[in-house]
Amino acid sequence: MKLRLPTWLGAPRLDPVLLVLLVLIIGTGLMVLYSASGQDMAMVKRQAIRLGFGVVVMLVISQVPPLTLRRWTPWLYGIGIILLMATLGVGVGRGTQRWLDVGLVRFQPSELMKLAVPMMVAWYLHPRVLPPSWKMIAVTLGLLLIPTLLIYRQPDLGTALLVAASGMFTLYLAGLRWRVLLGFAGLAAAAAPLLWLVLKEYQRNRVRTFLDPEADPLGHGWNIIQSKIAVGSGGLSGKGWLNGTQSNLEFIPERHTDFILAVFAEEFGLLGVLVLMVLYLLLIARGLYIASIARDTWSRLLAGALSLTLFVYVMVNGGMVSGVLPVVGVPLPLISYGGTSAVTLLAGFGMMMSIYSHRKFIS
Amino acid sequence: MISYSHHRAIKDQHEEQQMFSRRAWLGFFIITFCLVALFSRFVWLQIVAFDSYSTRSENNRVAVRPVVPNRGMIYDRRGRVIAENRPAYRLEITPEKVAGKKPELEALLDKLSKLIVLSKDERASFHKSRRHYRVFDSIPVKFNLSEREVARFSVNRHLFPAADVVPYLSRNYPYGELLTHVIGYVGRLDADDIASVDKGNYRGTRFIGKIGIEQFHEKALHGTSGFERVETNAGGRVLNVLERDDAIPGIDLILSIDVAVQQAAWDALGDRPGSVVAIDPIDGSVIALVSKPAYDPNLFVHGISQRAYREVLNMPGRPLFNRALKGGYEPGSTLKPFVGLAGLELGVVTPQTRVFSNGEFFIEGYNRPYRDWKDKGHGWVDMRAALEQSVNTYFYQLAMDLGIDRMHDYLSQFGFGSVTGIDIPGEGTGLLPSRAWKRAARDEPWYPGETVIAGIGQGFNVVTPLQLASAVATLVNGGARYSPRLLYAAKSAGVERAKQVEAPLVLQVPVNDPVSWQTVLDGMDRVVNGSRGTARGVAVDARYRTAGKTGTAQVYQLGEDKEYDEAEVIQSLRDHALFIAFAPVEAPRIAVAVVVEHGGAGSKAAAPVARATLDAWLDQEIGRGRQP
Repeated sequence: MKLRLPTWLGAPRLDPVLLVLLVLIIGTGLMVLYSASGQDMAMVKRQAIRLGFGVVVMLVISQVPPLTLRRWTPWLYGIGIILLMATLGVGVGRGTQRWLDVGLVRFQPSELMKLAVPMMVAWYLHPRVLPPSWKMIAVTLGLLLIPTLLIYRQPDLGTALLVAASGMFTLYLAGLRWRVLLGFAGLAAAAAPLLWLVLKEYQRNRVRTFLDPEADPLGHGWNIIQSKIAVGSGGLSGKGWLNGTQSNLEFIPERHTDFILAVFAEEFGLLGVLVLMVLYLLLIARGLYIASIARDTWSRLLAGALSLTLFVYVMVNGGMVSGVLPVVGVPLPLISYGGTSAVTLLAGFGMMMSIYSHRKFIS
Repeated sequence: MISYSHHRAIKDQHEEQQMFSRRAWLGFFIITFCLVALFSRFVWLQIVAFDSYSTRSENNRVAVRPVVPNRGMIYDRRGRVIAENRPAYRLEITPEKVAGKKPELEALLDKLSKLIVLSKDERASFHKSRRHYRVFDSIPVKFNLSEREVARFSVNRHLFPAADVVPYLSRNYPYGELLTHVIGYVGRLDADDIASVDKGNYRGTRFIGKIGIEQFHEKALHGTSGFERVETNAGGRVLNVLERDDAIPGIDLILSIDVAVQQAAWDALGDRPGSVVAIDPIDGSVIALVSKPAYDPNLFVHGISQRAYREVLNMPGRPLFNRALKGGYEPGSTLKPFVGLAGLELGVVTPQTRVFSNGEFFIEGYNRPYRDWKDKGHGWVDMRAALEQSVNTYFYQLAMDLGIDRMHDYLSQFGFGSVTGIDIPGEGTGLLPSRAWKRAARDEPWYPGETVIAGIGQGFNVVTPLQLASAVATLVNGGARYSPRLLYAAKSAGVERAKQVEAPLVLQVPVNDPVSWQTVLDGMDRVVNGSRGTARGVAVDARYRTAGKTGTAQVYQLGEDKEYDEAEVIQSLRDHALFIAFAPVEAPRIAVAVVVEHGGAGSKAAAPVARATLDAWLDQEIGRGRQP
């Protein structure tokens, strides 16, 4: 009897360029994690398993045609919103309600929204004539503001920011007129002082600390100061892998999660930072390229928005670690320890790969 | 105003793609710009400000900690350990790690006291001592933790990031009160100490010598502090030592004290307050220095509680008072050999000069009698007999012939009236009266009657037991007067042989005629060995020949005509018993002075104590074949 394999098993649909870039970043991440965790192999293994799972998710999604993904979009978005509401009701977590325990796995529904929101906005704009009309702008803002506010309530400022950004990028790429765009920007600038009023006390402290970290060097300023010392003492070529004193002696807080870039910069120096930034930039460029050759509006907008969102991750995390942006809980993509974020990111890359590999079959 | 035509319902894919491409390119351009800006921030941190951050990282990582030198041990002359360092544990807190405010610290202390017993005193002194420490120094809270306390803390250490149990060496004095008045003790470094020491050398030191040898030889015993550069984590725990400059341990001291002799003298005193000082006349080294009662120095090492201190302070007999050094006693007849020597050397009398004693002595023109201790007197006596029987009349006459100032000048050569210069602090000077002294101190003229009683060691005369012993040593040593020394030898770490310490020679009393000196020594020999000696019988069965002199210091003045009945006088009003002695007579190896407070007559109370002391020393000296 002859075994007949489906065609996609013989020639899996993927983008080798994206894959190589991702593997390089993931490899770097695991290496840094080994050092940042105090050479805790068990932790590295856990993270490797999660990333492996993420890669599988990515490869599976990349086999699914964009058309199918597009059809699922409203359901995904709807489920996401329901889960977010559920999280507010029964969520678990330290002081916040981010996690939802569903028996086998605990995950953050807010992560799902990082994908679902740009997908949904793109889904909404896809059949409509662009640039978007006022009504479309209003609907789009509604689509992204509902989850953003729900996530902000958890509270998780970092994720809310990323979700909002992904929606706005979709709108931007859809051709939102410059006057409107500038109008939004002006409005945001005017509303900034009002934002101070709605910030929680710990968030205000972060802003205060950002403005003057030395005011409380052992308290709120500790993270920023120690992170900057770690980065600065790395110099041009770094202290060498596993030799970072700021990290190994536990001066850097959250060194395997949000501040892992400080560990990396300490041990690999400016040259390491340069290489890593170039890798991220190439990843973004590849994403934008895929978007530009996509055959339909949904695919184009989604791939473009996801690429631009990746930039926000890198910028916010890098700015925080180097002390030019306030502390916001945004991980360094694919390098910070943590499962949900990595799987979400990889699922996003899966969609890009799907868009890339199915570009010829879309009518 | 933006307006869209709803008639254009057909999407223009091409136009959309063009629009997208423009937006994507613009986005990519902005992204690149932002990432370059972010990268330039890293350039600033890692290249421009590298030196500054590198230094701060190094400062983070490396802490310089003092290495406390081990305090020198103290041994007695025979190598017995009399002060040692025992491993112990203390509890320390770094206040800055708990915000450093009092309520937080109180909460921490409350939590800690569930594991380690903390008294009110300990908590109060912790708060008080805080201001003497630098920021991020760890401050001791309690010393000498029990094994249980150490174990309980160790299990719960993770709950107390600001507290730690630290090993250290605790001073211990195995002989307790026996040697307190010699060695003294170390105690916790207090504010006054910190102000007076070299702060660099004492950064990690927690104990300092408070009195006695521990204080006098503090510098030698302490040693030189080292330092180590250690790698610490953010919690301040030491991970490893990068560089170490070892401390130079304190010097081990060997004292001239012989614990066996000290013990014998101590035991012989029984429960009577008193003092015994024994000196080797050959080199001025102190063999025994007893002051009784005493107290346990170990109580003071870790800080004595207020209550315990008051208890010690108020104990009968004032145990904190070092009688050997500071106790001022009327020398009584123990001064007679020195007055006699003054008469002989200054040519006032010869060994053959005789004086008739009929029991009473009068100054010409006065009718106040000065008595002999024997009712009808001793008859004709020369110097030797006068010493043997302690004939007051002889010395009344001699004193009148000498005059107070000549007597003062001659006796001062033996160290009376001034400190001996022994190597422990706090010595008293005693008092050797003179016209000048009385004029200066009391603004009164000198009266002849005062000269008379000065001749038998009464009146204004005050001596310390140490002065008396030192004077005897000088007398038997042909006038060579040494500063008594407790430090016999010193041994630096890593050195095989201890370095002998010589007692400094203060002066050589001029010898006009050796016969004068021999005459006085003969007289003292007859005190013990003569048929009429006041201390005859004290040396029965001794393996060596002893010489001495009894003395009685009046505690209260008897009425002129009252008979002194010892049995009727309550003990606290009884006279102090004194005895000075040396042995062997032919080649003296020990000079001793004994004071037994309220002991009554010197012969009965003090002489046996001297005998016990001499035995303890000479039996082993002779046994060791070291008899010259």
